[in-house]
Parts: sequence; C-alpha cells; structure tokens
Amino acid sequence: MNLGRLRGLIWKESVQILRDPSALAIAFVLPLFLLLLFGYGVSLNAEHVPIGVVAEHPNPQTETFVGTLRHSRYFDVHELPSLAAAGAAMAQHEIRGFVWMRSDFARQTLGPGPGTIGVALNGVDANTARLVQGYLTQSWQIWLAQQQQEQGAAPALPVAAQTRIWFNPALRSRDYLVPGLIAVIMTLIGALLTALVVAREWERGTMEALMASPVTMAEILVGKLLPYFVLGMGGMALSVGLAVTLFAVPLRGSLLVLAGASALFLLVALGMGLLISSLARNQFVAGQISIVVTFLPAFILSGFIFDIRSMPTVIQGITHILPARYFVSILQTVFLAGDVWAVILPDAGALAMMAVFFLGVTLLRSRKRLD
Amino acid sequence: MARLLALIRKEFLALLRDKASRMVLIGPPLIQLLVFSYAATFDLNNIPFVVINEDPGLAGREMVARFEGSPSFRQVAALPSTAGMADLIDHRAALLAIHVGRDFSRDLMIGRPAPLQIVIDGRNSNTAAIALSYASEIVLGFDADWAAAHGGRAAPATLEVRAWYNPNLLSRWFVVPGIVGLLTFVVTMLVSGLSVVREREAGTFDQLLVTPYRPWEILLGKAAPGLLIGAAEASVIVVVAVTWFGVPLIGSVVALALGLALFLVSAIGIGLMISSLAATQQQGLLGAFLFLVPAIILSGFATPIENMPRLVQYVTYLNPMRYLMVILRGTFLEGDGFVALLGQYWPLALLGAASMTAATALARRRMG
Repeated sequence: MNLGRLRGLIWKESVQILRDPSALAIAFVLPLFLLLLFGYGVSLNAEHVPIGVVAEHPNPQTETFVGTLRHSRYFDVHELPSLAAAGAAMAQHEIRGFVWMRSDFARQTLGPGPGTIGVALNGVDANTARLVQGYLTQSWQIWLAQQQQEQGAAPALPVAAQTRIWFNPALRSRDYLVPGLIAVIMTLIGALLTALVVAREWERGTMEALMASPVTMAEILVGKLLPYFVLGMGGMALSVGLAVTLFAVPLRGSLLVLAGASALFLLVALGMGLLISSLARNQFVAGQISIVVTFLPAFILSGFIFDIRSMPTVIQGITHILPARYFVSILQTVFLAGDVWAVILPDAGALAMMAVFFLGVTLLRSRKRLD
Repeated sequence: MARLLALIRKEFLALLRDKASRMVLIGPPLIQLLVFSYAATFDLNNIPFVVINEDPGLAGREMVARFEGSPSFRQVAALPSTAGMADLIDHRAALLAIHVGRDFSRDLMIGRPAPLQIVIDGRNSNTAAIALSYASEIVLGFDADWAAAHGGRAAPATLEVRAWYNPNLLSRWFVVPGIVGLLTFVVTMLVSGLSVVREREAGTFDQLLVTPYRPWEILLGKAAPGLLIGAAEASVIVVVAVTWFGVPLIGSVVALALGLALFLVSAIGIGLMISSLAATQQQGLLGAFLFLVPAIILSGFATPIENMPRLVQYVTYLNPMRYLMVILRGTFLEGDGFVALLGQYWPLALLGAASMTAATALARRRMG
C-alpha cells in the first residue's frame, strides 16, 4: 500500500464523483427524498377508520354506544339505514366494517345472560382488520363500564389488567418504522454508490489502463471505497438528523454507538456493491443484480416492517445472511431502547464478519488479469 | 411489420444473450416469491413471554396456564420477582411479561379488582399492538369464566366479529397477491429501466435513430420484451400463489389478466421514460430505484394508503402499483370482475399512454 499512489487514486475517484452529479444525488438527495416521503407516508396506525353502524331500532342505548364510537379517534362513524346498505358500502370499500345493533340491543347488552353484538369487518387487510377489532373491543368495554356504573352495578371485570408498553408507550408506528427505514435506505445507497464503479472501468476499458500502472489491486479497491464511504456517512448523518428533528423519533442510545454501527454497515453495503460490480464487469448486469438483491430483501426480510420472530424457522435462518437485518435490529434498539450491549455486540460482530467477507472476496476475485 | 419483428427479435437477443442477465430475470423472482411469501406476515403465533407469578393461590396459576395454553404464546422464562424482567425484554428474549401480584387470588375471592400487570416491548409497535390485543382476549376469557364459576353477575355481552373475504384473518391471503404485483413490477423494471441508456452509452442508439425506424417503433421494440417476460412471469407467479400457497382466486381471471396487462404497459412506459432521460447507466439505475422504491412503499402493499396523510395519498394516484394492488386483492379475495375494477383500469390506461408518449418524445429529443 503506497500512500502517494493511494492519494492519487482517491483524488481521481473524487473528481469522477463530482463530474457526474448522480453519486452526490444518491448520497444526499435519495435519503432526503425517501425519508420525507416514507416518514410521512408509511404508517401502520389506523386512525379515523370509516366504520358503519346499523341501528334497527334507535334508542338511548344505541345512541350512547354510537356516541362512544364517535368519541374515539380511531373511528369515523357512518350511520347506515339497513344491513343491505352496510353490505353495499362494505363492497364499495366505503367502510372497513360495521356494527349491527339489532332491535333487541338493550336486552342483549344489559339483560341477563351472555348476549352478542354482531360486527362485520373487511378481512382482506388482515392486520388492519385485527387492529380495528381491538379498537372496537376497547370502545365496547368503555361503554359497558359506563352503563354499569350508571346502573350502580359492580364492575363486571374481576381482573384489572394494567398494561405498560415500554420504549414506545403511544405505539407510534413511525418510531419503529423510521429507524428501520434508515437501514433500508442505507442498503440502497451503499449498493448504488459502488455497484457500477468497477464494472464501468471494465466496460470502458480504463481498468486495463489502471492495471498497466504500478498500483496494486488493493489500492484500487481502497481508492474506490474511501470516497464513497465518506459520502455514505454524510447521507447517514443526514438521515439520523431528519429522524430526530423532523420525525421526533427519540434517540436513547449514544451517537458514538450509532456512528460505529453505521460505519460497519456501510462497509458491508459498499463491499457488496463492489463485489457485484467486479463479478459482473458489465454495468447492465451489475445494475440488474443490485436491484434484485438489495431493495426487496431489505424491505421484507430485515425486520423493518415484518417481525422476524413471526417468520417460519427456515426463513428466520435465511434472514441471517442479510446485512440489513442486523442493522435494523441495532437501529431500533439504539433509537428506542438505548445502548443494550447484548443486542448491539452480536449484531455488530455479524456485520464486521460480513464486511471482511465481502471486501476479502472482492479483493481475491479482482486479480490483475484481463480474461 | 416484418421490420418491427426484426427489431423485437434484436431486443430479446440483447437482453437474453448474457447468461448472468438471463439468470437474474428468471431465478430471483421465483426464489423471492417463495421466501417472501413465507416471511411477510403480520400474524403472531409465537410470542415469547416471561412469567412472574408471585401469587401463592390457584387463580394466578390458572391465569398463567391460559397464556401457556394459547397457541400464540410461548413461555421462555419464569422469574420469582420482577428483578430480571427488564433484561429479558431489553435483549428481545421476551416480547411480553406477565406479572401476577401477590394478592391476585385474594382480591379475586373478596371481589376487589385483582391487579395483573402486563409489560410489552414496544420497539415494533405493530407487533406490540397485536400482542396486546391477544393478551386482552385471554384476560377477558378468564374474567368471563371466573364470573360464571363464582356466581358473580353474568358475563357482559361480547362482540361477535366476522371477517368478510378472509374469515380467519390470514396475513398470507393479503400479502401473497401483493407479492405477485411486487415481483412483476421488479422484473419489468429490470428489463426496461436500463435498456435505452445502455444503448445510448454504447453509442448504438444513435445508429438506431438513423435507420428508417420511427421513434415509436424503436420504443415499441424496447417495450416488447418487458411486456412478454413480465406477462409470462406474472402468470407463473399467480399459479404458484394459488396452487402452492392456497390463496383463493375467486374473481374473474380475465379481469386480473387485463389489469396486469395495463399495469405492465404503464410500468414499462415509466421505465423507458427513466431510461431515455438518463445520460449514463448510473443515472438510469438511480432513476429506476427512485421510482421503484417509492412505488412499492406507497402502493398499499404493506401499509394501508388510508393511513397516509392526505397529501401523500394524492401522490399515490400517480403510482401504477396502487391500482394493481386493488386489482390483485379484488380479484383474488373479493371476487371482483371487470365492472367492479373499471375505476382501476382507466387510470392505468391513462398512465400507460402518457408514459409511453413521453418516453418516445424523450428518446427523440435526447438526440440533439
């Protein structure tokens, strides 16, 4: 490793970066754009869900129950005249579900013997349906308790369950989605920055010119890596800044841990891009491979949105080969819980091993040969 | 016509000549279909929980047994006191802790509200919300049975919930049709996103432009492989979704095919537009990602469009994936036919026509 030569290579790569603005756009515009769009756009918190109520015989009981539903921020209540109208509204996607209060509503709810109230939900989006079901049950219990209190009866629920939700008491989905989103975005940035750089040199024939010079392959790779690493860390800093300021995601861990983990992850992501690039030697194929192996796996298998613990065991095993998985876990923990070393150390260890693997294989595969 | 066929043949050769390129187009989508369809679930069936039971009585044990007996929960530890609980939750060894207080049984017997503490790891807020509702269900069941057995007042009325279209609320029925759309989309972007800019960088696009071919013919030639490969892969994926994953396809297959075809045209149009606008392949790749990623995240695939702010909802009207998701889920689960989906067809057709026209104009303009 010759420092003078290395400096020259880094200079050349930096000039190339500045000449085609797309690399700068990748490092800074991409995270800004994606984080703004998704930070606002992606939410699993269903609020103001349109829901129908059908009261066959409106009376004070049904009115107070509808009032409780109206009072909840989760619902947007539509009163419908008949069951048929509710069915039609459901088919048209105008409502997500409806409560059917039959003519014997009062007897069913407050009379002797266990009664039932009919509820229909659109189950296509099973997750939202389940959340709506939970909100409805909540409103239902609130209403029941009120009714019983008015009648002076003892509470019907023998167990007083107190629930505490740690790290995210309001269950804001944004607080867990934004840290994960940063991992997904950094995966894209890392691959996009380097996926084409070696392939481009091969395609244009300048790689052969480089080979004829005294620089070593390791110097070429470090020369490619370093400028993009600086760019990537800049993008990361921008993303974290946005998450904390604009989206008000709490950052309970230390910045130092965050920076260290990001540096490791970026090395992995850039290394993966370099490996794709030096294996493909052709920008078109390198581009195709990087689209296929980066975004969708990081989106679906990293735990960013779908909980890894809910996946079948075999699939959980597969997620271990995915760098984004470890980074998502680190980010969610450092942002929401703090510096929990029992989570951070194993994840960081896995990332370090992957970085060594990708960079090592890239170095081994790129000998000074022309074939 | 013959000359158009020759052009299309050339595009196929250019695309499939490279072995790596062939592999990328065929292998990953099928592997990803299998892996993602199993992976992408919001259902919780294995919630690890820790028990802290300080109650010497029977009622506490009965409550814990209900959690253990539930198929959704799995006990990972039992602690004598709350001392080690925080660690287990911090490390993600347990998602949930159930703390039965010392006086639980006694309070129940004398009719005082018996305290039960439930602590949940909220790092994944969606998982936490669902785990919470499962836990409440178990507690409510306990309540009802206790009241019935101990001669208290009868249990209050319960909500009898019935889910239409997906009676068991299986996430898979919701997600797999979405994955059909995702993979079809990625394949068309792979084929069309870099196709013009590659020729431009190589200099062969200029040669193409000086041939008697009209610009729209050249673009049609570029669109054809995406259309054919996209349609073929989409069909295979739909068949796998129905046969392997057992997702019902109760609507009209013709309506689904029409929807997919319209989607392919608009996605390819946008891909070619990006490709014509880019000066280098790096820019083309960036453009492809800048379209692909938002189009998927804002499609309603995983997070409902209704949850988005109004402004972002308006942006999604420009997203062909948005319409495809409705078409896929409508035909698969809700039994929709042609008429029910008209509202999705025309925006797709409009997007397709506009993007193909724009791509043609851009390809010609960049000549100068």
